[in-house]
Amino acid sequence: MQYDLIVVGGGPAGMAAARAARDQGERVLLLDDNPGLGGQIWRGREDLRLEGVELGLGHTLTEWRGEAKRLILACGARELLLPFPGWTMPHVVGAGGLQALVKQGLAIQGKRVVVCGSGPLLLAVAANLRKAGAEVPRVAEQAPWEKLLTFGLGLWRWPSKIFEAVGYATSGYRAGLWPVEAWEGGVTLSDGSKINCDYVACGFGLVANGELARLLGCRMNGGLVAVDDWQRTSVEGVYAVGEMTGIGGVEKAEAEGRAAGARQRVTGNWGAFASALAKTFALREELRALATAETIVCRCEDVRWGRIATMGGKRQARLEARCGMGACQARICGPALEWMCGWGPENVRPPLFPLSVREFLRDRDEAGHPPTGHSL
Amino acid sequence: MKIRVNGQEVEVQAGMSVAAVVMNLGLAARRSVTGEPRGPVCGMGVCFECRLWVDGEGPLRSCQMPVREGMEVVTDAV
Amino acid sequence: MVGGGIVGAACARQLEREGFHCVIVERDVMGSGATAAGMGHVVVMDDSEAQFALTRRSRDLWDAMELPDEVEFERCGTLWVAADEEELEAVRGKLAYYRERGVEAELLDARRLYEAERGLRAGMAGGFLVPGDSVIYAPCAAAWLGRGIERKKAEVLTLGDGWVELRGGERLEGDIVLCATGAWAAKLTPGLEVKPRKGHLAITDRYPGAIRHQLIELGYLKSAHGDSTESVAFNVQPRRTGQLLIGSSRQYGVEDGGVERHILERMLRRAVEYLPGLAAMQLIRVWAGFRAATPDKLPIIGLARNCSRTWLATGHEGLGITTCLGTAELLADLVMGRGTALRAADYAPGRFA
Repeated sequence: MQYDLIVVGGGPAGMAAARAARDQGERVLLLDDNPGLGGQIWRGREDLRLEGVELGLGHTLTEWRGEAKRLILACGARELLLPFPGWTMPHVVGAGGLQALVKQGLAIQGKRVVVCGSGPLLLAVAANLRKAGAEVPRVAEQAPWEKLLTFGLGLWRWPSKIFEAVGYATSGYRAGLWPVEAWEGGVTLSDGSKINCDYVACGFGLVANGELARLLGCRMNGGLVAVDDWQRTSVEGVYAVGEMTGIGGVEKAEAEGRAAGARQRVTGNWGAFASALAKTFALREELRALATAETIVCRCEDVRWGRIATMGGKRQARLEARCGMGACQARICGPALEWMCGWGPENVRPPLFPLSVREFLRDRDEAGHPPTGHSL
Repeated sequence: MKIRVNGQEVEVQAGMSVAAVVMNLGLAARRSVTGEPRGPVCGMGVCFECRLWVDGEGPLRSCQMPVREGMEVVTDAV
Repeated sequence: MVGGGIVGAACARQLEREGFHCVIVERDVMGSGATAAGMGHVVVMDDSEAQFALTRRSRDLWDAMELPDEVEFERCGTLWVAADEEELEAVRGKLAYYRERGVEAELLDARRLYEAERGLRAGMAGGFLVPGDSVIYAPCAAAWLGRGIERKKAEVLTLGDGWVELRGGERLEGDIVLCATGAWAAKLTPGLEVKPRKGHLAITDRYPGAIRHQLIELGYLKSAHGDSTESVAFNVQPRRTGQLLIGSSRQYGVEDGGVERHILERMLRRAVEYLPGLAAMQLIRVWAGFRAATPDKLPIIGLARNCSRTWLATGHEGLGITTCLGTAELLADLVMGRGTALRAADYAPGRFA
């Protein structure tokens, strides 16, 4: 099937892009690994519609073979998870992760949750967890008060964000505080406080899901996809929108998606908002040293920090310790080690996600079902 | 809707993910290479900690998998 | 020592034992080329008398080593699968050949084949089992062999007699220079009969116990030893991690190191033909690399042409992990001017002239 446009990612950015292109009469296919539209922020919302756009939901893009005139990447971001003692225990989950799991049906009513890490997402998560009936005794933000205050005072430049911030205002919020150890039934924070809880919801900010962009050869800028004012990447016909180009939230994502979909210049000073966020929630040095020699860094292969701490780089850690060689393909340990040791990202190769040999061969399964369209 | 988890019948709501069902049962999804119990972390299909077996195939990400009537889920396998 | 793959590491280790002070010049990390890209088997192969002698001697040397855990040495044996009666019949000669030379091997009828590997597709005729073969994790083996040896991260641009010039102009001299740069050896030694032969591999998630032996189709020999520009063969290894490592493909004349879907598809289809259960397994990574192939499928070990101080150890094709130890032993004997247990002429650089 020849499409005018394929959008990868069904969150706010991807939906806005698909809609704008559709309105211009383009034939659009939108793919998302998730079973529903909305990405992470609108996960579980049942009112989301994209009429006139072909949807491939629950479809994981594992390869790209270039069969569209135009490609818009709206792959979003994932949480940065940093290794600290106990972080691999089942009660330690991502902050956004726990919120997503609640939307998937995790029973949270009456559970105690400590939310910790960094970024505005912590507040949103705490508010949503409380709304769902959880008790949140503590929200620990590693950034210091001074920076948060400066950021808050600067919000007049983005009025909608003020309402968001006020809406999330929360009790139990502490700045300059971070987790140092998780243990069965609780967590210890940097001020020495030990808090009993059912879940530790932890995220140290967001990192772009840049794998597909890198596979396609798009120029990267730090961990973000480099784009011009039209959201064009360095690769002809390939655009990037939303969190992939800078962590900045829904409005930025939608503005960029609309622009890319309609082939227009993006409006608004969202780039400045993204940089203000990055500056405010910059991670403190102490977090580099949370892991002990015994702490697992690569969760897929159970590679401990002590095994790789003295190695010369990621390549050696991969080859000799299998760090980052597991099923997640370094999506978790990669960004953590990039921040902890400055190890750059590895080359990306297809398949972007694991898939069965049968799916790779595009064969039907034993019940006669065709493959779920994993590659394009 | 009913599914089976490790041989036990479980009543679930349509729209739930297998990961959420397994967490609600207090089960780990998998054992790590060195035998640690692991459960879902990212909830969005990138961390692969929620891998388990469904209808004899696996290991698959359970957070990206909505429940289906009659599905057979096995946790804690490798 | 130019090249920090497993051959370079093994040779450097051997020469240090002879009293040389070695420095390994490697542009990347140790074992990052064909060593990392390959399967990591320690096998006895019988394409020629010389190949048999080298692989057998090398396997004995591996067996005698006290290897650390991370090398993941597993004596899983090699099970050559006969798809039909014709292949099974042909393998009788192979059995006699191995046994005459003191290498344990046995013929399996169909019943015993399926006892050994229940996952094979029904209808196979039998198998040929070499129980003494092993698999190892080669990058850690290379790192371990090279442990304690001085290293220099640099790229060699020119190879002279007893000297090398590095990118950036620096010149290093040695009583001996050894070039062990695998598939790229001809870049430093123009005219050397070594060509890159590309291969693809794929690895699955963990399925412990799914297979117990390294499995190879007997047709592998045609693929490995033939000269066709493109071939695939069924070859799957059980790794200690429980993962299945799936090969193999062979291509001449391809310079680009990227994964090619058409060949990978052929390779995986071949694997599923033999091992249907693979179809449902999760593939977590695929990659490609280059073997250093020679016209007679034997490595090139000895003094470089017109040289008195520069030596070569390359051309190990798909057997460098196995034969690095035999290579190192032979090379050290040659350097020291001793008699050699193996027939040095079979591997001599000048043999193609």
